Amino acid sequence: MDGFLAWLQDFGSLFGQLAEGFGTTVLIFLLTLVFALPLGMPLALGRMSKCVWIRKPVEILLLIVRGTPLMLQIIFVYFGPYFLFGIPLSGYRFPATIIAFSINYACYFAEIYRGGLESIPVGQHEAAQVLGFSKKQTFFRIVLPQVCKRILPPMSNEVITLIKDTALAQTVAVMELFRVANAAANARTSLMPIVLAGVFYLFGSFVITRVFNFAERKLGYYR
Amino acid sequence: MAVLEVLNARKAFGENEVLKDISFSVDKGEVVAVIGPSGSGKSTLLRCCTILERLDAGCIRYSEDTLVETSADGSALYADKTTMKRIRRRFGLVFQSFNLFPHLSVMDNLTEAPIHVAGVDKEAAKKKAVELLAKMGLSDKANAYPFELSGGQQQRVAIARAMALDPEILFFDEPTSALDPELTGEILKVMRELAQEHMTMVVVTHEMSFARNVADRVIFMDKGVIVEQGDPRDVIDHPENERTKLFLQKISEK
Ligand SMILES: Nc1ncnc2c1ncn2[C@@H]1O[C@H](COP(=O)(O)OP(=O)(O)OP(=O)(O)O)[C@@H](O)[C@H]1O
Ligand SMILES: [Mg+2]
Repeated sequence: MDGFLAWLQDFGSLFGQLAEGFGTTVLIFLLTLVFALPLGMPLALGRMSKCVWIRKPVEILLLIVRGTPLMLQIIFVYFGPYFLFGIPLSGYRFPATIIAFSINYACYFAEIYRGGLESIPVGQHEAAQVLGFSKKQTFFRIVLPQVCKRILPPMSNEVITLIKDTALAQTVAVMELFRVANAAANARTSLMPIVLAGVFYLFGSFVITRVFNFAERKLGYYR
Repeated sequence: MAVLEVLNARKAFGENEVLKDISFSVDKGEVVAVIGPSGSGKSTLLRCCTILERLDAGCIRYSEDTLVETSADGSALYADKTTMKRIRRRFGLVFQSFNLFPHLSVMDNLTEAPIHVAGVDKEAAKKKAVELLAKMGLSDKANAYPFELSGGQQQRVAIARAMALDPEILFFDEPTSALDPELTGEILKVMRELAQEHMTMVVVTHEMSFARNVADRVIFMDKGVIVEQGDPRDVIDHPENERTKLFLQKISEK
């Protein structure tokens, strides 16, 4: 009986640690979405711009960001200021993580947005133009609503990848779920923390899937 | 007075001269059918009139508003933004492929532009839309979405949408070409009714019976020029030009 109580107490404290780590994971996840979702749109439009001086730099940025590991980018953003300008790094772990994640995911979102924007038939733009809609009105009233519906499936994939990618924040020692679980597993020489962490990630993915299913149903009123 | 006047219009896509010195005008209440072989420039002409394409040279006038005129150096000089905005309200365009907004209900398709472009208040815009739908025989479809409608019904909604801002002139680019043959009749009927109400219309069409029976004038275009124009019974039944004869022969063989 005592043994069970002790185990329960121990499990409780482990669960508490992991829950805290999961809190950090969710924070990285949400902040990345807050910045990357809007930032992807100007990047997508820049990528589609007729002006070479806008399109080319954006293309190069996308190439670099999508062509190198996120882990490398996190390290680069974290140590960059120190090596380039000699600025000390205290308290910069978390912001650096958010910056790297936001830029990385904005670039992936940009390509999804671009696919969505290009899939809208020219006729939609022309019909709006003939009716007298301004460019801005056409974008927000006619094009964007249709793009949102079309990009839901690829966005759902990307966002589920994001919740799992947050584990990469451990690269700069941010105490997110995976780092906490790994440390606990080493301390206890037990797989339990890792399994529990897996359950947390699974729960996150489940919630995301539900949100996207809901959105798809919401936008399912037309074809 | 002419609702639309086109003078010496020229348009090329690269080396390909698509409109070569096109001039014609459309009077109030007149129905003009534009016919001609594929690639003769009919769509391009309508697209230039509706500012979807820009002329290289020439003049287009809507009543007293000048959309474009030839400047001193021979290039096309377009009106400023405000004039352009005013001109856009003078015409409506019905596309071959309808181009309804799929995410908006039929009602919203008809009221979106009046409310957000013309600043008409919601109630007035809705009232007008209800009238137009009744006229198109679609009163029960106000809350439907485009995907729930047949092609013929979608095209009628598109016609209503083009008329929602009370244009002075309506352009149609092959409005029945994307439809199954059994559905073309309902569109032609609506257009015939509009003609009877003296709606000014320019209709690009391959429907010779429509051109013959409804249009006041037929324009035959070939390779970017107007080859022949006049009363439909003359042009269609007794063409003078060899190219017109050849085209009409080919069409009737189909
Ligand atoms: N955006 C464009 N860019 C380049 N060429 C074009 C473009 N639009 C049309 N053309 C060319 O212009 C010519 C006339 O085309 P247009 O669509 O006006 O013909 P049309 O008379 O409407 O033919 P159809 O009966 O097949 O609709 C064609 O040779 C076409 O290839
Ligand atoms: Mg055409």
